[in-house]
Amino acid sequence: MKLHEYQSKRIFAKYGIPIPEGDVAMSAAEARQIAQRLGGRVVVKSQVLVGGRGKAGGIKLAKDADEAEALADQILGMTIKGLTVDKVLIDQAADIREEIYLGITIDRARRKPVMMASSEGGVEIEEVAKATPEKISKLIIDPATGLMDYQARNLAFDLGMRRASIRQFTIIAKGLYQAFTESDASLAEINPLVVTGDDKLLAVDGKIVLDDNALFRHKDLAELRDVQEEAEAERQARHAGISYVKLDGEIGCMVNGAGLAMATMDIIKLYGAEPANFLDIGGGAKSDKVAAALRIILSDSNVKAVLFNIFGGITRCDEVARGILEALKEVPTDVPMVARLVGTNEEEGRRILAEAQMATAKSLAEAAERAVAMAQTN
Amino acid sequence: MAILVGKETRLVVQGITGREGAFHTQQMIEYGTQVVAGMTPGKGGDWVHTVPVFDTVKEAVNATGANTSIIYVPAAFAPDTIMEAADAGIELIVCVTEGIPVLDMVRLRHFLDQTDARLIGPNCPGVISPGTAKVGIMPGHIHKPGPVGLVSRSGTLTYEVVQALTDQGLGQSTAVGIGGDPIIGTNFIDILRLFESDPMTDHVVLIGEIGGSEEERAAQFIATEMSKPVTAFIAGRTAPPGKRMGHAGAIIEGGEGTAQEKIAAFEAVGVKVARQPAEVADLVAQRI
Repeated sequence: MKLHEYQSKRIFAKYGIPIPEGDVAMSAAEARQIAQRLGGRVVVKSQVLVGGRGKAGGIKLAKDADEAEALADQILGMTIKGLTVDKVLIDQAADIREEIYLGITIDRARRKPVMMASSEGGVEIEEVAKATPEKISKLIIDPATGLMDYQARNLAFDLGMRRASIRQFTIIAKGLYQAFTESDASLAEINPLVVTGDDKLLAVDGKIVLDDNALFRHKDLAELRDVQEEAEAERQARHAGISYVKLDGEIGCMVNGAGLAMATMDIIKLYGAEPANFLDIGGGAKSDKVAAALRIILSDSNVKAVLFNIFGGITRCDEVARGILEALKEVPTDVPMVARLVGTNEEEGRRILAEAQMATAKSLAEAAERAVAMAQTN
Repeated sequence: MAILVGKETRLVVQGITGREGAFHTQQMIEYGTQVVAGMTPGKGGDWVHTVPVFDTVKEAVNATGANTSIIYVPAAFAPDTIMEAADAGIELIVCVTEGIPVLDMVRLRHFLDQTDARLIGPNCPGVISPGTAKVGIMPGHIHKPGPVGLVSRSGTLTYEVVQALTDQGLGQSTAVGIGGDPIIGTNFIDILRLFESDPMTDHVVLIGEIGGSEEERAAQFIATEMSKPVTAFIAGRTAPPGKRMGHAGAIIEGGEGTAQEKIAAFEAVGVKVARQPAEVADLVAQRI
């Protein structure tokens, strides 16, 4: 789960990381009030959960409260990469001398947290990694000891930081590590961490991505979810306990198991069409879950055919077949469908679907071929 | 035995009194696995089917000589349970549980690295040596004994490939699901090494997916350390970047972990990569 910039920075502040004075506005009038209170130059920053806000015109500098109001009016309601801006952060503008990148994530191969720092702050770290990988310093952190002072100091020297800032950098690096572990984050980054004209450090922009699997023990963080940024289908899927990712193709698919769901998408492409989604109903799904999944698939107007691929183990094919028919009663549709059911109770499952005049296939390849043909003629 | 599980396996089921634990215990017994003990704190002295339940793994090991454990415990409690098994001297721990927080796995791996225990999973279907023992949740009947070793990050996708192999008369020595999480107990290379030295295995099938770089590392290992032929399948050619595809570990991040890179890494070292699951069996048949 991604957090907004303002949410991430408020968490950082709790761990002793200095952030600019600022507040969130939902309207231009509110933006004006905040700017007035802060005084001087402010930055008006759209709060949407995508990168590239600056390039899209979603971050602007205002010289006073009047301009902040005008810019907020412009930015609120803007669409950035498909997301509508409904709030802006008004931050006091910083006196920027240098911009640093500082982030923590998990190094999968080393199985430990890794802190990354670069003197090339303010741009996406992936771009730095591609263009000038030598400008990124990496530091593996022992989970038993946490980040040590000397490690943070070494990073600061790697960055070529002036002596006056080093102690402050150490406190920020350790605060970031603590914020990362105590929030159960999968990513925590400050970008840029600004060095001001008077050698002060300031976390001007920040991002936290939380580990969804750990939200059960962070009720306060779970409540930070911005449901307005979530597509309706994704919200429904989350409530039903279904893994769903919308794609751009025309063949909807419903599968049990994540690996098999990806393989099903791939085979659709192999037979000449594009998948409309990734959808895993999980193990042991009952008919109500199947019905919820089908409603989600059919809510996508691009879908021209639906492919069911169920390898029954814990999941019973007859349950799935009943779920499909149940959903079709509620959401009548003329989208053609083909089902491939194998494993536990497959004959009963196929019989139920055959009675309802639904096409069935013996193999995944046959099912994919038929789904593609259906989509082309529909 | 083939690898990891076999006739010598003496299994303790952690979380045996839960619905899933009890159900799969029955299935494993029916398959022929020696299930010698169950463990649920506070339920010691109970019986599930024909299996005695203990309060601690240590008691179960002392009373029954258990050497392998399988874990059906919710994610919030699974790391503690895994450590208990390792601490009690269990050699092989299979964790089916999905949804363990990544930072718990970081600490857990750190702990396990200082013990002799091997963890398979989490978020995996388990391990089966067809005809001798099943320690997991996979449907036993689709497997048949034979010379093909399988290692996979996935569950049902593995069943799909196993079914295709079995349909072509190609039996399996052992099928290992290593799990779909970003941090797991045993990786591809560990299992490839075991298959390489297993006399029952002639050919290895590796099923990978997007995310991480374990497939690339496996390709290097195959090139330098393996004499047995390997056939691969990689799921997620059509997966978009930045989106988690069901498994916590199946995500293309910062342009890394794509199926295309993994396929290229295998093809560069002469490993045949199937375009669809059923084709794995065709490619294996050509070389066996």
